[in-house]
Amino acid sequence: MDIPYTVKSRPDTGVYNAKLGIWLFLASEIMLFGGLFSAYIFLRMGAPTWPGMIDGHMYTRASEILSVPLATVNTMVLIASSVTIVMAWASLALNDFKKYKMYMGITILCAFGFLVIKYFEYAAKFDHGYLPEDSTFLAIYFVMTGLHMLHVVGGIIVNGYLWGPGAKMWKTNPEQFKHRIEVAGLYWHFVDIVWIFLFPTIYLL
Amino acid sequence: MSESHSPEDIKKHVRTYLMVFGSLAVLTIVTVAVGYMELSIWPALIVALAIATLKSGLVAAHFMHLITEQKMILHLLILTFVFLGIMFILFISAYNDQEGLLAVANLI
Repeated sequence: MDIPYTVKSRPDTGVYNAKLGIWLFLASEIMLFGGLFSAYIFLRMGAPTWPGMIDGHMYTRASEILSVPLATVNTMVLIASSVTIVMAWASLALNDFKKYKMYMGITILCAFGFLVIKYFEYAAKFDHGYLPEDSTFLAIYFVMTGLHMLHVVGGIIVNGYLWGPGAKMWKTNPEQFKHRIEVAGLYWHFVDIVWIFLFPTIYLL
Repeated sequence: MSESHSPEDIKKHVRTYLMVFGSLAVLTIVTVAVGYMELSIWPALIVALAIATLKSGLVAAHFMHLITEQKMILHLLILTFVFLGIMFILFISAYNDQEGLLAVANLI
């Protein structure tokens, strides 16, 4: 039996099933990150100073511990990848498979770029001996950026599949493949939006 | 998406995507510049969150196609934000009434 409404829209919802599915998933993700953001707010409200004392040093601004330039570059990288994944979808809508491969490839490279920069950021903290257990600030920083980073890894896996072996579907069922790219794009844009909030909240405020 | 996908429409979309990209880049620079101004916490918070909300709105409206999306998806999102609001209110009430929380904890 075929899975219904993979291409056509379901009459009652007005969308194909995968789109409703990804939005329901993103709704659960909003609650997940919403819970963490509220945890951040309350940890911060309850702290006498923020980021506070870490390893005998008193910090009054997050930018004294974290690298704002690296995080700014990472913000730009993620925004650029959001544009390229939507361009990948638009290329398929224009029947240009070669451009799709190019834009999806750039999206995946940007995601790897983000991880490499994140690696340097984390490595700098670990070199100083700054671990999640050392302060409330570091704990919430590692949890929130770490969970976001896992989402980036998830995006690389899905986008990598759709760039490589999964792209065969373009020949057999182009409409469904286009929908898959749109759904993968919706997830990727969500990952971008989470970072858009994480960046000022954790690094700048 | 509910709108038509003629090549002309898609090309128009592509122009919009590039304009949104430019706006997002500029807004990111503004966020960082405001961060370096070292404002006190409340003005800094309001400006940072306002810009982040604007940027997310641009991504959601254009890249995630919400401006032309079916009502079903919009209703789903509104419902999600209602629940998110309820969660925030619950946490705020708990934070403001920590003695009450302790009393409840002692009862359990």
